[in-house]
Amino acid sequence: MEQNKDLSVKGRIFDIQQFSTHDGPGIRTIVFLKGCLLRCRWCCNPESQEYAIQTMVRGGKEEVVGRDVTVAEIFETVKKDMLYYRRSGGGITLSGGETLCQSEFALALLRTCKKYGINTAIETTLSTPFFMIEPLIEYIDTFLVDIKHMNSEKHEKFTTMKNELILQNAQRVSQLAKNFVVRVPVIPGFNDTEEEIKDIANFASTLHGVKEINLLPYHRLGYDKYIGLGREYTMGDVPPPTKEKMLILKKTAETFGLTVNIGG
Amino acid sequence: MSKYTVETPKKTDRIDRLKEALFKSRPQIEADRAVLLTQSYMETEGEPMVIRRAKAFKNICENLPVVIRDDELIVGSSTVASKSCQVFPEFSFDWMEKEFDTIANRSADPFYISEDTKKALREVFKYWKGRTTSELATSYMTKDTITAIEHNIFTPGNYFYNGVGHVTVHYDKVLKMGYNGIIAEAKAELDSIKVSDADYVTKSALLEAVIISCNAAITYANRYSKLALEMAGKERNLQRKEELLKIAENCSKVPANGATNFYEACQSFWFVQLLLQTESNGHSISPGRFDQYMYPYYKMDKNSPDFNRDFAQELIDCLWIKFNDISKVRDDASAQGFAGYGTFQNLIAGGQTPCGLDATNDLSFMTIAATMHVLLPQPSFSVRVWNKTPHEFLVKAAELTRTGVGLPAYYNDEVIIPALLSRGLTIEDARDYNIIGCVEPQKSGKTWGWHDAAFFNMCRPLELVFSSGMDNGKQISVKTQNIEDMTTFDEFYDAYKEHMNYMIALMVNANNAIDVAHAERCPLPFLASMLDDCIKRGKTAEQGGAVYNFTGPQGFGIANMADSLFAIRKLVFEDKEFTLSELRDALETNFGKDTVKANTADLVAKIATELRATGVTVGEKEIAQITKTVVSRTDANKNAAIREKILAQSKFGNDETEIDALARDVAYTYTRPLEQYRNPRGGQFQAGLYPVSANVPLGAQTGATPDGRYAYTPVADGVSPSAGRDVHGPTAAANSVSKLDHGIASNGTLFNMKFHPSALEGTSGIESFISLIRGYFDQKGSHVQFNVVSRETLLDAQKNPEKYQSLVVRVAGYSALFTTLSKSLQDDIINRTEQGTF
Repeated sequence: MEQNKDLSVKGRIFDIQQFSTHDGPGIRTIVFLKGCLLRCRWCCNPESQEYAIQTMVRGGKEEVVGRDVTVAEIFETVKKDMLYYRRSGGGITLSGGETLCQSEFALALLRTCKKYGINTAIETTLSTPFFMIEPLIEYIDTFLVDIKHMNSEKHEKFTTMKNELILQNAQRVSQLAKNFVVRVPVIPGFNDTEEEIKDIANFASTLHGVKEINLLPYHRLGYDKYIGLGREYTMGDVPPPTKEKMLILKKTAETFGLTVNIGG
Repeated sequence: MSKYTVETPKKTDRIDRLKEALFKSRPQIEADRAVLLTQSYMETEGEPMVIRRAKAFKNICENLPVVIRDDELIVGSSTVASKSCQVFPEFSFDWMEKEFDTIANRSADPFYISEDTKKALREVFKYWKGRTTSELATSYMTKDTITAIEHNIFTPGNYFYNGVGHVTVHYDKVLKMGYNGIIAEAKAELDSIKVSDADYVTKSALLEAVIISCNAAITYANRYSKLALEMAGKERNLQRKEELLKIAENCSKVPANGATNFYEACQSFWFVQLLLQTESNGHSISPGRFDQYMYPYYKMDKNSPDFNRDFAQELIDCLWIKFNDISKVRDDASAQGFAGYGTFQNLIAGGQTPCGLDATNDLSFMTIAATMHVLLPQPSFSVRVWNKTPHEFLVKAAELTRTGVGLPAYYNDEVIIPALLSRGLTIEDARDYNIIGCVEPQKSGKTWGWHDAAFFNMCRPLELVFSSGMDNGKQISVKTQNIEDMTTFDEFYDAYKEHMNYMIALMVNANNAIDVAHAERCPLPFLASMLDDCIKRGKTAEQGGAVYNFTGPQGFGIANMADSLFAIRKLVFEDKEFTLSELRDALETNFGKDTVKANTADLVAKIATELRATGVTVGEKEIAQITKTVVSRTDANKNAAIREKILAQSKFGNDETEIDALARDVAYTYTRPLEQYRNPRGGQFQAGLYPVSANVPLGAQTGATPDGRYAYTPVADGVSPSAGRDVHGPTAAANSVSKLDHGIASNGTLFNMKFHPSALEGTSGIESFISLIRGYFDQKGSHVQFNVVSRETLLDAQKNPEKYQSLVVRVAGYSALFTTLSKSLQDDIINRTEQGTF
């Protein structure tokens, strides 16, 4: 049976977080998949970037980051909070890393969740070729898509990748997706001017069915992890954007007729 | 179904002023009641006890200072100073005399006491030597029981030293017919009995005592009426003058007669609440379903053309202030167990009517608003949740939770109603339940529930397994098998159950001894006037007059026990990582923390001397052997390593099937044996699973436990996981806790969760929060309360991360466990709390 096949598909994750309330509707369980195509400087989960299993020092102790699991194993945990999903309209969110890098695993997991009527969401940069995305679309209730910058050169400078493929995918996926939310990490020195946010909002407003855009203020949650991985934190002491600044950017984005939220 | 308005009136300035005045002075101890009580007792020697109690109550009501504070609309204070307390020497006094000089400066709940008060009390206490309930109770207990108490296995301290309280009376009856109505009822009953009836002497005495007590209450209110009138005469502020005249009018009408409007009902209610706490110092005098029994009077006003909803709200707010104007002084040890000047006046909103319809009304929302307006710990505010609870009601409750005041506590009708049915309540009575004190459900006006009868420390019998029942060199429990001879986990677990059974039986003896002492020495006729079927049966509650009778002592330490037994089963018996003796060594040395290396020689010498004393020859060879043993047993690294292995095991609170099943079973070792016992009032024992705040002081009496808990640190609170051992967030913890059998613990269970306000931010935060409660309740959890933590807590969490490992905070779009974040990020969050949030 197809269902049985799905359950034995293997993937590589680095964390599962229950009771997340900010990545998709309701109470959600987030599965973090390992491996990413981008290397964003501000990334708060640097341990998500490498596909390889790594060692990270946390709280003075060495910790293995990353493990290979089957869909069945993950689903055991996902199932535990079923009652809360029902009560809150929540479900599962696949995050990363870039979920689409493990598209077979993601597909098997999403299809399994859908068989149980669980609401599904995916956090993605849409940075893979479209053929890796397409089969997943019918099993995803909400796409949470990062659009970081409209200028391809600047995009590349800060994330190591140009943005053409991402923008193209966004246009195609939004045509097919049930619900498509644009998310913008607001990073000081990268995209935190009114002009830059305006460009992103303008693009978002042209996407099919997109009504909502979330501005996620930069934070330093990842700092310890860079140190724990023996890496340099290239963001340095850059302070998070102020509340006032965020409110200004919110207003800017609202001029395109979108619902704008600060935070997830 | 009643229609209701969700939006509630705003707070008035008066409420701020009243609140401010509460905190102007320190809590004090006043002597008037003790003096008046003793005076009366001296004059009534030889009369029936119930009559003596009534006459003493009368003397108090006639002479206790009456005081109307500035701005008050609802009057009645048992002390001249705010949030102060009277003394109740009839229950116990020894401790107070001993603590006279430390009580003002102690860490838990200090009270100021003047030299004059001390002098007056010393004089009074002379009379009470040998006459208290506490002394009589002690004389009724068996020697073994007293030994068990001395060795801190359980503590029945609550009712041992104080009145019982823990009751919700028929407020509705007083509101409706007034004390004149109750007097008429008692008189009619008196007329209907014959001198030749078998119970005539006791019943007529009780009825007479009821009449005296009710008249005393009326006198007390009249004194307030008179005072208000006098004050009005002198008052220059016209508005205040009007208010005082209104107060005078109210107090002349109620509680003597039935209330005719909401204001009168509020004043009448307050006299009942205050005087119950003047007759006895039993705490947890719980108003219960205030939104239900007050509603008819609210509705009367609402239907009149000059109805002013803002004023109704102000009156409720005034009452909420008054709840905080009463205090209770306890001995130092008890004060630590009930820290925070708790009077536990539990008031509950929402739920269903006796016939099973949703009960939410305007007042349900206004009680939430009042709690929001005053933001004080009293009343202990609770809400009932059932499948048909209106969502908007839960939204308002959640908004209150978000303030961080720790209120309301949420209760699940879907568990509690069947639990009460299983204890013999009718369906109508079960649906009409309210909560007493902390978490204890009961039917108002019919129950003498003895809900907070004792704390039973479930970790202590575990220590007894390792010592075969010895404690501090004394055999205090059954002599169970030596741990060296145990070959299976079942043998170990059976030994634990033997100690549990033995100690539970002794705790029953302690409770029943105290129960009888209260019936003999402190029957409460005023309370009896408002509790079914005291008048009909001719007995006070203490003597068995109530319709429903229970004794509910509570066990705690479930999480520690589950984690401990799981570690023993896995590491000792399955994986054979270490032996029970090695584990015992680790526990005795507090996992290597308490080992002092220099002591080895002393210890060896001591053992050698002891052996020689018993006639054993101890030569060099033996010394070497002893040294080897001592060194091995006190090896700090080895003992610390045992703890590391234990910590690596599964822990209760992470939604793991195997250990959660063990936790469920462990809880049964307490709840099941207890149900078989009866109390002297003919009622059943029923277990609660919660420690109030006693998990801290009683943890301080408990050695290291095999769950890796260090000696003398707190044990787990309520049915919650051990602090910091649940690491998968609130849903996993709730799932684990819900796997316990909450139904059998019909005296209540208590589940504490901690959140940072950011987790409840915005509409979506509130919605998720409600879903979390709903999800926990779907799984048959009985109670949950939320500690939405303050900046201070976060600072403490930074210093003591081990205590806060499950604390959830939100970091700009992220929820995270606070203690897993770096110092700098934690600082960010702490600062953000101050600034407000994104």
